[in-house]
Amino acid sequence: MITISDLHVYYGGIHAIRGVSLAVSKGQIVSLIGANGAGKSTTLRSIMTLEKPREGRILYKDKDITLTRTTDLVKDGLVLVPEGRHVFTNLTVEENLILGAYLRKNAQAIAEDMAWVYQLFPRLKERSRQRAGTMSGGEQQMLAVGRALMSSPELLLMDEPSLGLAPLIVKDIFEIIKKINEKGVTILLIEQNAKVALEISDYAYVMETGNIVLEGKGRDLLKDENVKKAYLGA
Amino acid sequence: MSINTFFQHLSNGLALGSLYALIAIGYTMVYGILRLINFAHGEIFMISTYVVFYGVSMFYLPWWVSILVAILITGLLGIIVERAAYRPLRNSPRISVMISAIGASYLIQNLAIVIFGGRPKSFPIPDYFNTVIQVQGVSVPIVNFFIPVITLVALVVLIYIVEKTKTGMAMRAVSRDYETARLMGISVDNIVSITFGLGSMMAAIGGVMWGLKYPNLIPLIGTMPGLKAFIAAVIGGIGNIKGAVLGGFLLGMTEIMIIASLPDVTGYRDAFAFILLIGILIYKPSGLLGQDIGEKV
Repeated sequence: MITISDLHVYYGGIHAIRGVSLAVSKGQIVSLIGANGAGKSTTLRSIMTLEKPREGRILYKDKDITLTRTTDLVKDGLVLVPEGRHVFTNLTVEENLILGAYLRKNAQAIAEDMAWVYQLFPRLKERSRQRAGTMSGGEQQMLAVGRALMSSPELLLMDEPSLGLAPLIVKDIFEIIKKINEKGVTILLIEQNAKVALEISDYAYVMETGNIVLEGKGRDLLKDENVKKAYLGA
Repeated sequence: MSINTFFQHLSNGLALGSLYALIAIGYTMVYGILRLINFAHGEIFMISTYVVFYGVSMFYLPWWVSILVAILITGLLGIIVERAAYRPLRNSPRISVMISAIGASYLIQNLAIVIFGGRPKSFPIPDYFNTVIQVQGVSVPIVNFFIPVITLVALVVLIYIVEKTKTGMAMRAVSRDYETARLMGISVDNIVSITFGLGSMMAAIGGVMWGLKYPNLIPLIGTMPGLKAFIAAVIGGIGNIKGAVLGGFLLGMTEIMIIASLPDVTGYRDAFAFILLIGILIYKPSGLLGQDIGEKV
C-alpha cells in the first residue's frame, strides 16, 4: 500500500532521516518503534508532505506522492493522527468530527461513519456538544482518532497514540486500533511503548538516529534480545 | 441634557457604534487567523465609499447596484491585499508582515489620492435617506435607524457563517492550528482568502453607511475610523468577533456621549478613544471578551 525508499530529510543542517526504507501492505498493522528523536515522527510527517524530503521516494497506491499536496493525500485516504492529539480545542467534539470529513461530500456515508465513531467511543457521544479543550487527555486522543476515521482513511498513520495516557486507557486505545484494522483500514503506527505496539503488529521496524536498524514480524521482535534490552526493559 | 436630546445622542451613538463594529470585525477576524493587524483595513473601507461614488456618478448605476458592486469589489480588494502583501511573508518574522501591512495602507491611500484626487467628493445619497423623522419631539435622521438594523442583519449572517457552516468551522480550526487543519484537507490559503473577503465586505457595508452619515469623501477618510475600529477590536478582545462588536458599540457610544455632555472638549474626541483603550487594557489586557493573553503588536 505504501513503500518508502531511501528517504533523506534534513532540518536545517541536521540530517534527521538517513535513508529510511519501509513498506506497508494492505490490511496490515505495522509499527515503527524507537527512542525519542530517532526520526519516527519525521518519517510520518514526510509521508503527509508536511516535511520536504531531500532524497528518496514515497509510493502510495503505486503513485509517487513526494510532491503531492496534503489535501490531495487526505482525499485519497491517507490520514495522520498527529502526535499530541492536536484536536481543535476551541471547537466542540462534534465540530471536530465534522471537520474530519471536511473533503467528503456523501452526507449519508459521513453520517454512518459518525455513528461508527460514536459506537467505538461512546464517551465522545456523551460529550458531543462540549468543547474539545475541556476533555481529558485520553478523551482528546479518542477524538483525534475519531476525527481521523471521519476522513475515511485507507491508510491510517498514528503518531504516538499512547503518549501521556494512563495504562488502562492505552489498553483501550490499542483495542480500538485493532477494531479499526479489522474494518479494513491499514495502519502504520509509531510508538515508544514498544510492547503494546509489537503485540498487535503484523510487522515492525526499529528506528535509531534516522536509520532503520532492525525489522521483522511483531511477534519475533518481542522475543529479540536486542529489542528486549533496548525497548522492553527486560 | 434633556431626555429628548439624550435620545438624539443615543441614536447617534448607536449609529457610530454600528459603523465601528462593522469595521472592527475585519481586524479581529484577520487577527484571529493570521495573528496580524491588517493596517490596510481602513483604506479598504475607504475604497468602498469611492466605488459607490464612481458607480453612481460615472457609470450611472442605480444606487443599490453601486452598493452591491462596492461590497464585491471591496471584498476582492481585501483578498488581493492579502495575496500581494501578506501571503509571500507568511513564514517571515512578524515584524516584516507588519511593515508590509503599513506599506499596503500607505500605498492604497496614496494611489487613491492620485487616482481619485484629493479634492473632497460628495457621497451620493438618495433623497429618502436625507429625511429626518420626529419621534415624540426628538428629530432623528432616518439613517440612524437604518444603520443599526443593517448592521444587525450583517452580524447575524456573519455569525451564522462562522458558527454553523463547515467553512466557518474550518476558519475557527485554522485560527487554532494551521498544520492540523491541513491534515483535515482544509486549504489554509483558501480559508485565509475567505476571511479577508468577509472582513472586507463587512467594512464595505460599514463604508456605504458611513457615506450616508458623513458624505464628505476624501482619500484619508479611512484612517481615523480604521484606527478607532482597531481600538474597538482590542477593547473587545482581539480575535473575538462578538468582542469586536461590543467594543465598537462601546466606543461609539462613549465618544458621542462625552462630546454631548461636555461640549467644551469636542476637539479632544479622538483622545477619549485612546483613554478608554488605555483604561481597559490596564484592567483587562486581553480585552473585555478576550481569553488568551494578547500578544504584542
